Amino acid sequence: MTIRVNGEEKLLEKEVNILELLTLQEVKMVEMVSVELNGEILDRDDFETTLVKENDAIELLYFMGGGSFGF
Amino acid sequence: MDFNEAQIERYSRHIILSEVGVEGQQKLLESKVLIIGTGGLGAPAAMFLAAAGVGTIGLVDADSVDLSNLQRQIIHQTKDVGKLKVVSGKETINEMNPDVNVITYHTFVNASNILEIIKDQDYDFIIDGTDNFGAKFLINDACVIAKKPFSHAGIIRFNGQLTTYIPDNNTPCYRCMFKEPPPEGAVPTCREAGVLGVMGGVIGTLQATEAIKYILGLGETLAGYLMTYDAIKMEFRKIKIKHNAKCGICGDEPSIQELIDYKPPVCSL
Ligand SMILES: [Zn+2]
Repeated sequence: MTIRVNGEEKLLEKEVNILELLTLQEVKMVEMVSVELNGEILDRDDFETTLVKENDAIELLYFMGGGSFGF
Repeated sequence: MDFNEAQIERYSRHIILSEVGVEGQQKLLESKVLIIGTGGLGAPAAMFLAAAGVGTIGLVDADSVDLSNLQRQIIHQTKDVGKLKVVSGKETINEMNPDVNVITYHTFVNASNILEIIKDQDYDFIIDGTDNFGAKFLINDACVIAKKPFSHAGIIRFNGQLTTYIPDNNTPCYRCMFKEPPPEGAVPTCREAGVLGVMGGVIGTLQATEAIKYILGLGETLAGYLMTYDAIKMEFRKIKIKHNAKCGICGDEPSIQELIDYKPPVCSL
């Protein structure tokens, strides 16, 4: 099945849920990202029960701090 | 407001733009922008807003200039090491453009002072140039409560991102995208991860662009989008984000009733 992750096509060999997809994407901790599935921000509690479907568009939004130090 | 000859010359490249003109330049000179954090993001944002003739610029920072700041915080110079960042920032702006009135706030923002600071000059637009998630969520919540437009941004390593919040426009806020600050250790700090110095220049300058466009009422802002920049791939992306009805601060049933002081900076030294 083919999906899009952050704009890039990705081929999945088997059905996965969002948690498993994050592992495939080498996201080390679930708390590092927010997940947008087909335009809707997903609740973290639903990661495990949400299965990825053909043609799904998924955006992984990463936390970024930066700017000044010590502020 | 009448322009003097020096102003006509100083802003001539703005005035010649039909989208700006004399009227737009006047708007800029009458506008007030608050920049929270004068570091990697705030430094270039402040400098371009000052050069553009934003008439009042507020600078908030509790810190002093450190030698390790100078790789990216271009508003501060070698001679400024040890100086308060707000003082150093004010001096740089004053030397660059005498039209700008700089107001300094030598403090950290926290739940008990941020609304006062925002209201102090009734700022038109706020720029989040802070480095830590506690401050970022605080600025977001305060701007939602005070109904102030603001630009959120973050940078790390070779990546940056930003979005613009505009009140009463069904715009998603930062908390619509990210529910709450990440737990400690989940996200590397700048100090652990490093950051290419120009990242603040690219993203902070885009924040200044958003402020200027908002003031001028010009074109499309990043309201409703998260823009990401990957300097390794040399790729910009605009990710469409919807308002989140479950958002804790701007959703249908906001769970946050008052501002929150989160734990100390993730990025502190
Ligand atoms: Zn929100």
